Amino acid sequence: MNLEDIINKTKTYYCLECGKCTAVCPVSRHNSNFSPRLMLERALMDSEGELIHDRELFSCLTCYACSHLCPSEVDYPVFTQKVRSLASSQGEHGDCAHSGTLLSLMRLMSRPNIKQRRLDWLDGCHTSEKSEILYFVGCAPYFEPIFEDIEVSPVNVARNSIRILNALGIEPMLLPNERCCGHDLLWTGDVETFKKLAQFNAEMIKESGAKKIVFSCPEGYRTFKIDYPQYVKLDCEPVHITELLAQNLSKLSLRPRAKREGSNPEVKKVTYQDPCRLGRHLGIYEPPRELIKAIPGIKLVEMEHSGDESICCGTSVWTNCSSCSKEIRIERLSEAKATGAELMITACPKCQIHFKCAMVDKGAEKGADVKMEVMDLVNLVANAMETQE
Amino acid sequence: MSFEPKIVGFLCNWCSYAGADLAGISRLKCAPNVHIIRMMCSGGISPFFILKALEAGADGVLICGCNLGDCHYREGNYKTIRRMTLLKKVLGQLGIEQERVQLHWVCASCGDEFVDVVNRMTADIKELGPSRLGVKSRDLTR
Repeated sequence: MNLEDIINKTKTYYCLECGKCTAVCPVSRHNSNFSPRLMLERALMDSEGELIHDRELFSCLTCYACSHLCPSEVDYPVFTQKVRSLASSQGEHGDCAHSGTLLSLMRLMSRPNIKQRRLDWLDGCHTSEKSEILYFVGCAPYFEPIFEDIEVSPVNVARNSIRILNALGIEPMLLPNERCCGHDLLWTGDVETFKKLAQFNAEMIKESGAKKIVFSCPEGYRTFKIDYPQYVKLDCEPVHITELLAQNLSKLSLRPRAKREGSNPEVKKVTYQDPCRLGRHLGIYEPPRELIKAIPGIKLVEMEHSGDESICCGTSVWTNCSSCSKEIRIERLSEAKATGAELMITACPKCQIHFKCAMVDKGAEKGADVKMEVMDLVNLVANAMETQE
Repeated sequence: MSFEPKIVGFLCNWCSYAGADLAGISRLKCAPNVHIIRMMCSGGISPFFILKALEAGADGVLICGCNLGDCHYREGNYKTIRRMTLLKKVLGQLGIEQERVQLHWVCASCGDEFVDVVNRMTADIKELGPSRLGVKSRDLTR
């Protein structure tokens, strides 16, 4: 795909240069060198070269805040994705966070002969060899050791997801040699490796005979729902765990934690951070909120920017994490603090990692202004359920 | 033809590289499988370098630093230990055998110890066979 095809596909030529995209872009607010409007203008006016070698190409969070407001419906995130793949074919890439370790792991998972040992954490979970429902674990077991020091446990989310499914009477199947979904590679422009991963996963899922795949990670969910069908054939329905749980609320029997501990039930205020992949990418705003509201003893308060206006956690695809990303996070955390909530709920492991990182990093400087408990929605539900056991 | 493993060695400038030098000067016989990259400190070895070596087709990665307490930069090698502990967990999940990535302390006056480390590691990896991650015919020395 050359630049002209990309422009045609994403309807870039409809751009009115109104600048709404740049006005709403969380990156542009902190980094004046980055502007979606200027990027599009450059694509339309200039030659390919300048755009591809622009350092800011990899600064976009692909959070869809821009395209959500665009009166001409220009698909800027997909434009970015495609231009990045052009750039990466010419040897350009962003500044990898964690010195590229995570992306390297994802590339290694595309090697055909690997035999992973990724399911050592399953204690207390009931899974079955053969089931119509498959739970896609995602990168959690790999993130676990890497983010140990900031006290994030993605594996705990996976474990709780399976326990909740068990409570609903589902014993999901798991893929012992599951590969990375390829989300991060696709959005950094490495389409070739993404295709390999997609083929491996599609093949394994076909062999397993699953009819439904449950995700607790919004990125994997988006990738399976929107991106995989463009490259591979999938005969099953991807579903996010919050959707599944919201449909089965009556079966969950949720109880407040305080009651169990014998103290007076106090109403705890919580706020919800919409992950961009779940929210603007896929339009899932209500199911997570229904779930939160169904838990007794907590009250959901919304941040200044919530739902389709919510602000991204500041970095995507482990690329171009900078002081700007930290500023976005600090701003978001202060918004969350301003609601008076004690707890920020999110539904994406990466949001949790990024906010925790900002707290560790800026904690000494900003102190209590940014300190806040961050928890995955799955863990919140699992905590409220424990009483019935 | 028997399998000759390709091993990438990251050696710290102050102790281990000098140790390897000493082995050479002393004309000690050593397995020729380790391709050495000199680093200023073992603490400067990013996990990415190790993954990159494996990605590029290395059958093993050897990391050598100063003995604990002897680091030229005081605590570089303590950082190495912490990083390697985490990396080993990740590699284990990826199905990479523990013996393929090894960390050893080799001091500047320990030429014989360096030879011993290299020979033992080469033998370990010969036993394991080629890496499952390996790519075809990409020569690391190129």
